[in-house]
Amino acid sequence: MKLSTLLASAALALGLAGGAYADAHGKTKVGFVFVGPVGDGGWTYEHNQGRLAVEKEFGDKVETVFVESVAEGPDSERVMTQMALDGADLIFTTSFGYMDPTINIAAKFPDVKFEHATGYKRADNVSTYSARFYEGRAIQGHIAGKMTKSNVIGYIGSFPIPEVIRGINSAYIHAKKVNPDVEFKIVWAYTWFDPAKEADAAKVLIEQGADVILQHTDSTAPQAAAQEAGNVITFGQASDMAQYAPMPRVSSIIDNWAPYYIARTKAVMDGTWTSTDTWDGIGAGMVGIGEITDAVPAEVKEEALALKASIADGSYHPFTGPLKKQDGSDFLAEGETADDGTLAGMNFYVEGITGDIPN
Amino acid sequence: MIRLEKRPQPSQAFSWATPLLAVLATMFFGGLLFAALGKDPVSSIITIFWEPLFGSNAFYYRPQLLIKGAPLVLIAIGLSLGFKAGIWNIGAEGQYIIGAIFGAAVGLAFYPAQSVFIFPLMILAGALGGWLWAMIPAVLKVKFGTNEILVSLMLVYVAEQFLASMALGVLKNPEGFGFPGSRNLQQYASAHNGELIAGSGMHWGVVAAFIAVIFAYVLLARHRLGFAIRVTGEAPRAAKFSGVNPTRLVLFCMGTSGLLAGLAGMFEVAGPAGQITIDFNVGYGFTAIIVAFLGRLHPIGILLAGGLMALTYIGGDIAQSQLGLPAAAIQVFQGMLLFFLLAFDLFTNYRLRFGHREVA
Repeated sequence: MKLSTLLASAALALGLAGGAYADAHGKTKVGFVFVGPVGDGGWTYEHNQGRLAVEKEFGDKVETVFVESVAEGPDSERVMTQMALDGADLIFTTSFGYMDPTINIAAKFPDVKFEHATGYKRADNVSTYSARFYEGRAIQGHIAGKMTKSNVIGYIGSFPIPEVIRGINSAYIHAKKVNPDVEFKIVWAYTWFDPAKEADAAKVLIEQGADVILQHTDSTAPQAAAQEAGNVITFGQASDMAQYAPMPRVSSIIDNWAPYYIARTKAVMDGTWTSTDTWDGIGAGMVGIGEITDAVPAEVKEEALALKASIADGSYHPFTGPLKKQDGSDFLAEGETADDGTLAGMNFYVEGITGDIPN
Repeated sequence: MIRLEKRPQPSQAFSWATPLLAVLATMFFGGLLFAALGKDPVSSIITIFWEPLFGSNAFYYRPQLLIKGAPLVLIAIGLSLGFKAGIWNIGAEGQYIIGAIFGAAVGLAFYPAQSVFIFPLMILAGALGGWLWAMIPAVLKVKFGTNEILVSLMLVYVAEQFLASMALGVLKNPEGFGFPGSRNLQQYASAHNGELIAGSGMHWGVVAAFIAVIFAYVLLARHRLGFAIRVTGEAPRAAKFSGVNPTRLVLFCMGTSGLLAGLAGMFEVAGPAGQITIDFNVGYGFTAIIVAFLGRLHPIGILLAGGLMALTYIGGDIAQSQLGLPAAAIQVFQGMLLFFLLAFDLFTNYRLRFGHREVA
């Protein structure tokens, strides 16, 4: 007997048992696979907040389980299988690197629903979801462009992938719009979470004259470095990082997964779950903008909030032409907005950003 | 008054009992730790050690033990040869990465052609990659007297950067929408290191690990080179007099450990992992150091220790999701194992003396 058949029959048996269990107790089991520790203060922390929100919303009707710091690759496949064997009805896999493992395991457990964050591969029982963080980056860029005195903005990139490049472009476009002299210095940390590396990157950028640090990494180390340097502002990433407010953290981009997790869990309970691709932004509440502190002048704050409102109601798209690519070729014509396909695969800088995307 | 006294002869009994005592002490103090976290210590320990082997889903976990344990054993066997001779290759993680990159690169170079020769070529490439990476600290040590611990360790970080650049550059999946990571070798039949018997967990890497155990056993017990390794570690001066060539020994030990680590990386990337990604390495090269010592640098011991480590990983993940134990507690638990091992190891060469020092 093939493993897949074996697993499928085991899953079926468990599914039946699980079904009986669910009838008796009315419990839906939801599993979460986390790439970092739940106490990372950033990416995984917010996913875990979403998990807690699911528990709070449904109380006794739901049981959640999670495994943290799961390496991408075979370890994640094992953890997903284990959750499925233990009777999970819905499993959220919350890192890009879980994409192929999620697809593999989902094929072996057709009755279990899977939700994979930030990927692009779907199946009948695999949905994908992500947030339009670039919308938040536009607001950061606006504040950064207004606030910088040295006209040098430092940016700590994690990996040169479309998600991160999109954020850099969005921030740059909106900083440049309010401050034509602005210059971006980009450092690649090649990690999502490594306080030591992030602190080093922040210090290098500050030494090079940056008085605003934007980050696409999840720790608060850059905030600490900025605080030490004084007169450098930062933005919370993934999580509010309010412990560094009002200075150096002047605002933040907050991932808010709770509404989505609650909705999807509800869909499983109601039997209305279908495979979908969700990419929500500020409007739907998946991307939150943390409180803009008094370190930001009132009129700048007002402009930023107006920008936020226009993005939220859809009247403004952060990637609106005329825009050119770094090499001078045309990207978007006057008034044209970027479509989702272009955004999803973005692998070029917009005009004005110096340096090359490493590869 | 309690004091330590050096034994005239290392205690054979303690040498064998140490790993067992270490495991028991880890269970006991680990249980206390879990109790302090508000979990039932007995059921926590049972979940970690019993559930993967004999629990209701053991049919799935047992093969996983092979998958998780094979790279550990393969790497640890190589390391143990050097460790026995006092040659410290700490950079197996880097050699593992380079082996994986070489192996995957050869496989992907042929994509999408199908041929039975592709996989054997990948094996050779993986072994070569790991060997080359280990030769850097080996040659530097032999030629310039550099410290192989530092050089091999530093080369891990070089290898990690190299891995990231491969995942984002040359080896990136051209159909991956610009996302990092290579094509998945699991979907490329000629390059896939699949299960030899479906559902058994046995892939070529597991076979290689068993062969390495036998090879190391024979080498150490029967071969001149094995004798040279043992005598160098136990009595370096005697080794010199008996005609052991230290240069050749360094090159052999570093080379073999690199080669086996490279093989482990290659089998992993072509099988369970499937693709070169930025975070491909998960610390097998470092954990293997613990496995080598837990196994008393003895091939059979390493085989058992690899299984035990794999068990704590798999059981640890089960305990996390079923009992809500934090990952950090599991890591502390694994750390305790090495700590107690080293602590009890002291008694192989020393014994406790109670009472006053006798006046000579």
